[in-house]
Amino acid sequence: MNGILLIAIMVVFGVAAILSVVRIVRGPSILDRTVASDVLLTEVMCVLGADMAINGHTRNIPVMLIIAAVSVFGSIAVANYVARRDNPTP
Amino acid sequence: MTSFLEFAIPQQVADVIVLVLVLIGAILCLSAAVGLLHFRDVPSRLHAATKPQVLGLVLICLAIAVAQRTISGMLMGLLIVIPVILLQFATAPLSAHMVGRQAYRNGTINQRALVVDEYAESKTTPPGAG
Repeated sequence: MNGILLIAIMVVFGVAAILSVVRIVRGPSILDRTVASDVLLTEVMCVLGADMAINGHTRNIPVMLIIAAVSVFGSIAVANYVARRDNPTP
Repeated sequence: MTSFLEFAIPQQVADVIVLVLVLIGAILCLSAAVGLLHFRDVPSRLHAATKPQVLGLVLICLAIAVAQRTISGMLMGLLIVIPVILLQFATAPLSAHMVGRQAYRNGTINQRALVVDEYAESKTTPPGAG
């Protein structure tokens, strides 16, 4: 029972990561790639938490905390500089 | 009081609860990835991407707390995962807002799918104005 659940968790995480990487490679615009890389980073956080929950330790908490605090800057930096400046300037 | 705090749920029950919670979080991650491949424009993909950012992370943090098994351990686990959840709640809408606004300005959204376009008049203002 537990083995089946463990294998299912591993397969689901792996397939989700592969699909996110596919969107990062194929994304038509850079904003699509930003959204997909954000999903991939969230998945890294989820995998770290799953490792702690399954193996019963709490050593990865600082890594999760730093990723949760810092991951916003990537999206904001990309979104700040891709603006198309074709609006009429006054 | 101390006997209540030292009450521990059995090992097998705790294992099954933890694995089911982690599996639901993993399925939410998979649904976000499938949504990234399925939808066609940036706001739809943002809609799919927010599921594991909030609900999946909350479920996995609950699994971390349940994995401590005793009542006092669960309270301690909740205390150490609550900052992670609060930081994620505070920063996820920021990046989604910025990405969605730039997607609108770049024209990478499906204009005919919009019901109401309340942002149209701001196209005539310069981008640096706000």
